[in-house]
Amino acid sequence: MSIDTNAPLVMKATGLTKRYGQVTALDGADFELRAGEIMAVIGDNGAGKSSLIKCLSGATIPDEGEIFLDGKVIHFKSPIDARRAGIETVYQDLAVAPAMTIAENLFLGREIRRPGVLGSVFQMIDKKKMLEESISRMNDLKVGIRSMTQAVETLSGGQRQCVAVARAAAFAQHVVIMDEPTAALGVKEGNMVLELIRRVRDKGLPVILISHNMPHVFEIADRIHIARLGKRAAVVNPKKISMSDTVAVMTGAKSVEELPPEVLA
Amino acid sequence: MNAIKTKLPPMGTLGPFIALLCACAFFASQSDRFLTLQNFSLILQQVMVVGTIAIGQTLIILTAGIDLSCGMIMALGSIVMTKMAADFGLSAPVAITLGIAVTTLFGLANGLLVTKAKLPPFIVTLGMLNIAFAITQLYSGSQTVTDVSAGMTWLGNSFRIGQTNILYGVVLMLALYLITWLFLRETAPGRHIYAVGNSPEASRLTGISTDKVLLGVYALAGVFYGIASLLSVARIGAGDPNAGQTENLDAITAVVLGGTSLFGGRGIIIGTLIGALIVGVFRNGLTLMGVSSVYQILVTGILVILAVLTDQMSRKGVR
Repeated sequence: MSIDTNAPLVMKATGLTKRYGQVTALDGADFELRAGEIMAVIGDNGAGKSSLIKCLSGATIPDEGEIFLDGKVIHFKSPIDARRAGIETVYQDLAVAPAMTIAENLFLGREIRRPGVLGSVFQMIDKKKMLEESISRMNDLKVGIRSMTQAVETLSGGQRQCVAVARAAAFAQHVVIMDEPTAALGVKEGNMVLELIRRVRDKGLPVILISHNMPHVFEIADRIHIARLGKRAAVVNPKKISMSDTVAVMTGAKSVEELPPEVLA
Repeated sequence: MNAIKTKLPPMGTLGPFIALLCACAFFASQSDRFLTLQNFSLILQQVMVVGTIAIGQTLIILTAGIDLSCGMIMALGSIVMTKMAADFGLSAPVAITLGIAVTTLFGLANGLLVTKAKLPPFIVTLGMLNIAFAITQLYSGSQTVTDVSAGMTWLGNSFRIGQTNILYGVVLMLALYLITWLFLRETAPGRHIYAVGNSPEASRLTGISTDKVLLGVYALAGVFYGIASLLSVARIGAGDPNAGQTENLDAITAVVLGGTSLFGGRGIIIGTLIGALIVGVFRNGLTLMGVSSVYQILVTGILVILAVLTDQMSRKGVR
């Protein structure tokens, strides 16, 4: 997929600053996410990568700077606020309830209620509808799991992560943030999740992917945001730049000015 | 392993049920008085108090907590309701409501200490065990309250089906199990109890307020202890400050024997009923065999350890 510079901005952040005591984690960082893209965020430890993501997902409140979602300024006080605004986050450590079924995990905290008094007063859940919805959503994303009524703990690590990704994709209206979704997985399982992330993008949801895994990033990212020293060092096009140049910018071995202009995106 | 697991019904109830049947078969072979309807009715009467406490205990253990104070809170509730009625001439419904309110408050206090002060449930409820016991003794002056109105012991009355007496209290206990079963299985708050016990982190990340769930569970457990207070008063016909001492650990035993995992998030409430019946059957059967009560305590101790061992081993099988 070529980079569509005309695609509207879904998310934008300007001048984000976050200090923890003496430590400046974010020092005026900018960020941009366009519709329909996978934007990878990479950076060395302490580059401000996770602070940036925490600000975008509502886990921390920036000291300065503004975040826009679909052109409107937003102020998240918690990840729940971000979720309400249509931003879902997938975490590295497989945030699923192992003994509960796939269908239950997909709707955890957002169970479909039965119609009428049974649902509103007695809070009864509509298991049949949840099951049907689970099947259709998992089919949409081509996740090949046969039974939605099996416990998540009977799945492999990759399949579990697919459940978490599918859950995020099902409920996100605007953005899916994935924090190291393949870090805990083996090669084959990791590829399974990458394939799924690509399908999430193809369904029209922009994805922010945080990863340490350069081959994974180069395999699926449309653009790469390089974080360095609490700022955005550059946004590059993985189709044009080499992996070693990217790492050089990330570690400071090469400055952005030394890069040929066509690799920037 | 996985293939077998998916085909079998959940071990949660099957294992305990087989254990119950084996125990019944054994005692039937040892005493010809065991296998009678009248005796089963008696067993149900004997487990009605501990069975009701065990419902509250199950909810707490499902959240990976534990309540060591359950029996003592129950005893306090029975003293509060009988003494309030005797001292101030309160009508039975008012006194009963007050008693249940006190047990609910104690449950809520446990919950607040677990959620807000972030103390481990084991320690909180161990402290509450002593506090509730001391308050019970102080308030009652260690005296049994015998001046109990008929309105308060109504649940101790029985009706007959054929030749068998059935206590209204037993019917109430069974109804509470049915309601709790529906609640845990069919409602969103019920499922959230499993989720919080299963993975508090995943629950929090999906927007479930784990604190609210825990507070609700501890308070609700207090309500069940209060109902158990009423059943205890109905059964003994008095407010006994020394009640609840065997029930305190028997309730935990019943939950564990019933297949609910002490690690939280797994278990079926009907299993607890079976667990309570196993305890009741052993007590009753050993008594019929003329075995002294010390050996009965020995046997229940061994049963608990066996149950926890099975729980632990089945967990390893899954991982």
